Amino acid sequence: MTEHVEDVGILASCAGEVLAPQDAMLALENLTTHYGPVQALNDVSLAVGKGEIVTLIGANGAGKTTLLMSICGDPRPTSGRVWFEGEEITGTPTARVMRGGLSVVPEGRRIFTGMTVEENLAMGGYYQTREENERSIEHVLDLFPRLRERFNQRGGTMSGGEQQMLAIGRALMSRPRLLLLDEPSLGLAPIVIGQIFDIVEQLREQGTTIFLVEQNAHRALSIADRGYVLEHGHVVLADSGKALLANDDVRRAYLGG
Amino acid sequence: MAQILKKAGTSPAEAIPPQPSYRRPWWSATAAAVLTLVLGGSVLGVQLESTGITTTVRLMGMETWGWLLAAALAVFLHQLIRPQVEDWRARTRKPSRFTLPKIFSGQKRQLWIMLAIGALLIFPFMSNRSAVDLATLTLIYIMLGLGLNVVVGLAGLLDLGYVGFYAVGAYTYALLNSYLGFSFWEALPLAGLMTALFGYLLGFPVLRLRGDYLAIVTLGFGEIIRILLNNWTELTGGPNGIARIPKPTFFDLEFTRKAQEGNVPFHEYFGIAYDPSYKIIYLYLLALILVLITLFVIYRLLRMPIGRAWEALREDDIACRSLGMNPTGIKLSAFTIGASFAGFAGAFFAARQGFISPESFTFIESAIILAIVVLGGMGSQLGVILAAIAMTLLPELAREFNEYRMLLFGLMMVLMMVWRPQGLVPLKRPHMELDRG
Repeated sequence: MTEHVEDVGILASCAGEVLAPQDAMLALENLTTHYGPVQALNDVSLAVGKGEIVTLIGANGAGKTTLLMSICGDPRPTSGRVWFEGEEITGTPTARVMRGGLSVVPEGRRIFTGMTVEENLAMGGYYQTREENERSIEHVLDLFPRLRERFNQRGGTMSGGEQQMLAIGRALMSRPRLLLLDEPSLGLAPIVIGQIFDIVEQLREQGTTIFLVEQNAHRALSIADRGYVLEHGHVVLADSGKALLANDDVRRAYLGG
Repeated sequence: MAQILKKAGTSPAEAIPPQPSYRRPWWSATAAAVLTLVLGGSVLGVQLESTGITTTVRLMGMETWGWLLAAALAVFLHQLIRPQVEDWRARTRKPSRFTLPKIFSGQKRQLWIMLAIGALLIFPFMSNRSAVDLATLTLIYIMLGLGLNVVVGLAGLLDLGYVGFYAVGAYTYALLNSYLGFSFWEALPLAGLMTALFGYLLGFPVLRLRGDYLAIVTLGFGEIIRILLNNWTELTGGPNGIARIPKPTFFDLEFTRKAQEGNVPFHEYFGIAYDPSYKIIYLYLLALILVLITLFVIYRLLRMPIGRAWEALREDDIACRSLGMNPTGIKLSAFTIGASFAGFAGAFFAARQGFISPESFTFIESAIILAIVVLGGMGSQLGVILAAIAMTLLPELAREFNEYRMLLFGLMMVLMMVWRPQGLVPLKRPHMELDRG
């Protein structure tokens, strides 16, 4: 598993055709990120095509969250380039990146616990006009009927699954074309995880591209078109979701044998 | 048989497990009393006396030591009965000890607000001069408290140098008046703008800092402003301050017995006898109007997206950034808006006093304003008002304790933090309710 994969279709879709970074929805080109002197990501390249669900799996501390946050521009990568919809966004301020058709559901949900569901959602569309905001809220509530029931309830008083729905709903408020999800299954009961992954698939059907970072490798790989395996800041494997599920190394390391 | 009985009789005593030290009241009471004597004795019981170059330690008289012994005894007894008192308190504790009367919420709220404003408008005409004067001072503190509440209570930025903005506002009016002859009404908006500018300039570099670091920088800022005003003698008059700052006028009518050249005093214009209390009442009403405007503006801001963004930022910085919000910009807006209210309050303060010097803008003022915000219950407008009233009225009511004012102030803060750490009126966030009719 430690051998470094250089050529295995890093920028390739599963069909094998090579995707130039400008043509992908999201592409990372030789991305390296440091926290002070500590290197967290080492020469990572990957691509997400339009309409795909792509997952990134890896152990604790492999650099999954760092990779996701590097896309958002915080921390800024030390070297390498990030492309979104054919435009380079490396070094663009986080706030600007997040307003440009890309949205992230941060690790640990991070909803505003003292605010109601409505207010949480409203913050997701902070830069929209009032009408746009109301329409987006309606759209999110259609997607998550549970949130409609909890509309005036404070975020902090809801269950973990509901909070995760709220976090996803809040990220969807800005009508992103690409949704980055950081461990949506964290701390949730299996049945709730199932619901969350159903929603992710449903979002893709509605045309949102999904980049999913997960520790729950089995679930993530079963819904993903393609997957990448991150180890110690390197991409060590890249293949279709099915192939990775069947891969012996992946089975041993992430799927419990 | 007797032996067995005897044995059975002793066994319960042996069964009592060894108790931790706090359960041994005699021991802890003695220790506390000795500690009281040592500490109190070394602070109050002896006096340093210097004769020439030698310093001698002199024991205080019998009276002082008598009090110290009494204090030690009191501590001893208190420690002795504390377990019983705590048990009793635990047994008699009720779930909710203090709730506000319903008038502060509910449907009749608007009616109550109108009644309160009406009462406040009539108040100066039914009251004496010193009460109105005190009420004006209270209103200034309410305005300051409301302004700082935006920064500390809502945006969660600990600002220990708020008095710096207050000083900027006051000096803006005083300087504009003494050098360029601006009237109060011309200077008031400029004072607000000037402090907003200062807030912006200070906020821009420091708002990247968090928590303690921000507190220290703002503390430094407050001191820098004061020291600058103290030392820039050519411009500000240094420690001598600026005197003869004119009072606000009522549509250009002055409240003096004789007006300046080419002007008519208020009482002559209306053909009534001169009364110095008109001026006091006018200042009070002016302060009231400024406070009402402040309240209204902040009330509106809270219901706008920016107000929610302040709270969101206080709750979770990272979530805000993940939603594309710019934390620095949002913090800056809170800092600038909060500062500008201090500017208005400062300009009014200068006009009311007629004289300002750096003395009025020491750190203790910042501490008092912060205490008002904390006491009121971070973020709550009503709480700030009540706390400001308490903080200005209590020292007046307890005049005879004047020297112990700071002691009482500290005691009040400690007691508040112990019994009601969330403040007098904890923030109840505005939110819409569905009509369940």
